Amino acid sequence: MSAISLRDLDIAYGDTRVVEGIDLEIAEGESFGLVGESGSGKSTVLRAITGLATEWTGEISLYGTPRGRTIDKRFAALCQMVFQDPYGSLHPRQTVDATLSEPLAIHGIGDADRRVPKMMEACGLDPRFRFRLPHQLSGGQRQRVAIARALMLKPKLLLLDEPTSALDVSVQAEILNLLKRLRKEQGLTYVLVTHDLAVVSFLCDRLAVMRQGRIVEVADIAALKTRSMKDPYSRELVEKSASRLT
Amino acid sequence: MSAPLLDVRNLRVRFPTATGPVEVVRGVSFALGRERLGIVGESGSGKSMTGRSILRLIRRPGIVTADRMRFEDSDLLDISEREMRKVRGARISMVMQDPKFSLNPVITVGDQIGEALAVHERLPRRQIRRRVVEMLEAVQIRDPERVFGLYPHEVSGGMGQRIMIAMMLIPEPAILIADEPTSALDVSVQGEILKIIDDLITSKGMGLIFISHDLNLVSAFCDRILVMYRGEVVEECKASELANASHPYTRGLIASVPRLDETREELPVLDRSQWETR
Repeated sequence: MSAISLRDLDIAYGDTRVVEGIDLEIAEGESFGLVGESGSGKSTVLRAITGLATEWTGEISLYGTPRGRTIDKRFAALCQMVFQDPYGSLHPRQTVDATLSEPLAIHGIGDADRRVPKMMEACGLDPRFRFRLPHQLSGGQRQRVAIARALMLKPKLLLLDEPTSALDVSVQAEILNLLKRLRKEQGLTYVLVTHDLAVVSFLCDRLAVMRQGRIVEVADIAALKTRSMKDPYSRELVEKSASRLT
Repeated sequence: MSAPLLDVRNLRVRFPTATGPVEVVRGVSFALGRERLGIVGESGSGKSMTGRSILRLIRRPGIVTADRMRFEDSDLLDISEREMRKVRGARISMVMQDPKFSLNPVITVGDQIGEALAVHERLPRRQIRRRVVEMLEAVQIRDPERVFGLYPHEVSGGMGQRIMIAMMLIPEPAILIADEPTSALDVSVQGEILKIIDDLITSKGMGLIFISHDLNLVSAFCDRILVMYRGEVVEECKASELANASHPYTRGLIASVPRLDETREELPVLDRSQWETR
């Protein structure tokens, strides 16, 4: 069974249609990269899956169950999202402890006192950070908190929207290693949106290239590594990235 | 090489804090000729502060000191603010990271670029307009007459950055400082912007200080590289020889970047204890 199945998905913001005719199957346990320039609609696809963009037509199914347009607790427990900017996605006046306990409270799961430190440890956060506020943490630590929050409900599916592009390369490496390890340990399925093809190469098994709201090519990661993508636009994108990364 | 355009010796920038002064640039020295000099480092390494202190853009309570900061015939730290205004923009100019925040939202693109020229030269209006349109053409904006009358929110990020570059280069400065000029842009647009900067720098014989956190970008684009860490230059090398860098910090940075044909199961992480100086 597919973890995510999108059929003939169109997404709009008001009168502007930003994503058109997306058909995509992502298998359970897969790590899937979604790449393209800004404005290509890649983040919008994630927002629709997670329920933040509600003006869509077509079908979004997670593990065989079609999703509605409203916020749905069952889907929240199944599928969580990590955003680009750890400075913006954490509440500035909530401690790490409060941030990580909130999903548990909402879903009526107790035992926060045991689960929070455990998750912090899994995400490489020192236990002494538990009662700190976001401004007392570095960018990399904040992103670890955001990842920990996403994993508190033990979802099977993690949507990652440019999780490392606000971070320095040295910190990016730490977060990418963390994501890779967590996926192995917890058998997670990833959908990673990024403009950095090298990150996709490190973390993903398959990728789709988007342009102007449409998927132009779905390819195996090997095609990216050997630079043998088929669509002319994806080739162009790969060549441009390659020329930067000597 | 002839005498350098800019000669900086022992530059220091300090900020007072509740727990005593913090030195964010700690004794940086370099000379810039008619070349492309890259300054790389993580956030907080002091690279932007270095760029800003050259233009004396660091406000109090920040304190800038240097043994020497020689540009042409004057020392930038000694001259009056009035004289500094003749240097800033006209002789040394700076392109910032995000055009969205650096352009004035209520003045048309053409008028803003024209202002950069009018401040430093007395020219009739018609001639200013002609120079602006020429400059917009030089940064490869198609249909410059139309763009002249647009407001900043009506142009894309890539075009905004071209406009910034046009504005900074129209007084024909001797040195351009570019602080992360392409970080807010897509990969596909980055290349074009860099090519425009490169063409203009080379054709006008200018010096460029290119500040970026992106090691690969800098090594591909610049002639020479300074690597900064915690306010100090830890490595200086030719861009082409970056792969042979000797400082463990530089080597660690290079290794931690994922590659397009990545095969490593895990990326190496910087072990800062190796070279930590304080």
